[in-house]
Amino acid sequence: MRVDLRLIASLIEPGSRVLDIGSGDGTLIEHLFRTRGCDARGLEIDMAEVTHSVAHGLPVMQGDADNDLTQYPDGAFDYVVLTRTLQAVERPREVLKQMLRIGTRALVSFPNFGHWQVRWQLMRTGRMPVTATWSRAWYETPNIHPCTILDFRELCAQEGYAVEQWLAIDEAGRKSPWRRSLTLANMFGEQALFLMRRA
Amino acid sequence: MPQHAYSATAMDTTPSLPEVEHQQAHFPEGLTLECGQALECFALAYRTYGALNAARSNAILICHALTGDQYVAEPQPVTGKPGWWDTLVGPGLTIDTNRFFVICSNVLGGCMGSTGPRSTRPDGSIWGTDFPPITMRDMVRAQEMLVRRLGIERLFAVVGGSMGGMQVLEWAASFPQKVFAAVPIATAAYHSAQNIAFNEVSRQAIFADPDFAGGRYWAQGKIPARGLAVARMMAHITYLSEEALTRKFGRKTRAVGTDAEAASFFGEVFEVESYLRHQGSSFVRRFDANSYLTVTRAMDWFDLAAEHDGNLSAAFAGTKTRFCLVSFTSDWLFPTAQSRSIARALNRAAANVSFVEIDTDRGHDAFLLDEPDFHRTLAGFLSGCAEHAGIS
Repeated sequence: MRVDLRLIASLIEPGSRVLDIGSGDGTLIEHLFRTRGCDARGLEIDMAEVTHSVAHGLPVMQGDADNDLTQYPDGAFDYVVLTRTLQAVERPREVLKQMLRIGTRALVSFPNFGHWQVRWQLMRTGRMPVTATWSRAWYETPNIHPCTILDFRELCAQEGYAVEQWLAIDEAGRKSPWRRSLTLANMFGEQALFLMRRA
Repeated sequence: MPQHAYSATAMDTTPSLPEVEHQQAHFPEGLTLECGQALECFALAYRTYGALNAARSNAILICHALTGDQYVAEPQPVTGKPGWWDTLVGPGLTIDTNRFFVICSNVLGGCMGSTGPRSTRPDGSIWGTDFPPITMRDMVRAQEMLVRRLGIERLFAVVGGSMGGMQVLEWAASFPQKVFAAVPIATAAYHSAQNIAFNEVSRQAIFADPDFAGGRYWAQGKIPARGLAVARMMAHITYLSEEALTRKFGRKTRAVGTDAEAASFFGEVFEVESYLRHQGSSFVRRFDANSYLTVTRAMDWFDLAAEHDGNLSAAFAGTKTRFCLVSFTSDWLFPTAQSRSIARALNRAAANVSFVEIDTDRGHDAFLLDEPDFHRTLAGFLSGCAEHAGIS
């Protein structure tokens, strides 16, 4: 299992109701069901992944973050998870709002555009940065809403979400040692993981 | 006089509906229908496959479509053709009868042994057109009585496609505590205007046949074979897709009749025509016209949301049933959008729902055919549910 998914799973209380948005092949929901006794469900845009998941006995429906979250009732889940997808949705602010309407807590991971390599490449070459995390050329990237850790933190404050935990993580999803300072995390964290709650 | 190749008799319309003994359960307690009329007593014809386990927890009810019947996984005794889902239901198959106890009953209003327009009334006369209007809910309530009769408190799953899917939805809405898992396939929560329109054309074709005799054809020893065949031909087009028809037939033709006829404008038929004629003529041998009218009308009246002030999710409020909705890309009779709107209504009710659209060019009929992705999906969903239900 991907290291970042393992990290996310460790932040979820056993027995919770979980919605994984962009559940892919269903690894996380299967892990949450098998090892933590969660009622975990998936929402996935790619029909081949949906078919694969359902054929493995996992409750997944085809749909996407921008259009399908509005369908769920308030407080339907204890956790709503969105991994490495926020930067690719059409309306990130609305998606976060929906996540914290239908769930008590939201777990969001996203690639950090404030990472020093990104900054350095842009400054040095004057071209759009291409790194391990931001790997696609500007004209074909699905990542239409990149943000930095500081940007995300500010949006949470603006929207009144309580950040219960945050972590900077490296490309593989391992925790990195920038726990104390958001500024340092924003410089050296390749990705970020936030656990938020409705304030 | 030689028959013109395009005349009525180009279609084989041999009027024969062989009488076969069907396995039945009788319900002398009767059933009060939604229309307010009471059936004093009625029978449901049914078949079962596999064995009920000691906990009586492994029963799967299969609901058949408009012209289907209870012979899911064995040769149909009237036509001799293989069971309509025998590639899906059986030992070691997707719905594994080594593991599950499978039940399928002919719907109320049907003509394969269940009480319907072709049955005799308590006074010995034939129901015919006096048979009361039946609804999806009536069909399901009758099935529920059968399930109880078989000693089953809760079904592990209810599975069905097309009209069968409507029954699955009705089951989940009417008896939520009795349905652990529900699989509505290629279906809708209400019959669309377009589908009602198609049904109406089918019915008008039957009415237009002089042999229909105002529905009393049975009294004259006739059947409205022409009308019924046309109804079936028209309906059959809606079960396919343009792509599938093109792939199968394209514009291929074949010569028919004598040399003299071959010189005429209709001397050759397109293969798609002869295929449809075959579909029409084989259908009239096994299906009763009044039953066709009754059951198509039941589909037309189906609107699950209407029973809940137009709010479909209210029909599923608080449901614990696990749902798996399946649609097919080229199905234009029950398009994916209809399944998606059911999935969304279930989301609004916070239900546990899986939703898969299978990529195929075979149209609505795909649910009856060998579609590996569909079969894999269904098998996976059922085994996942079996794990949650504690069925070994």
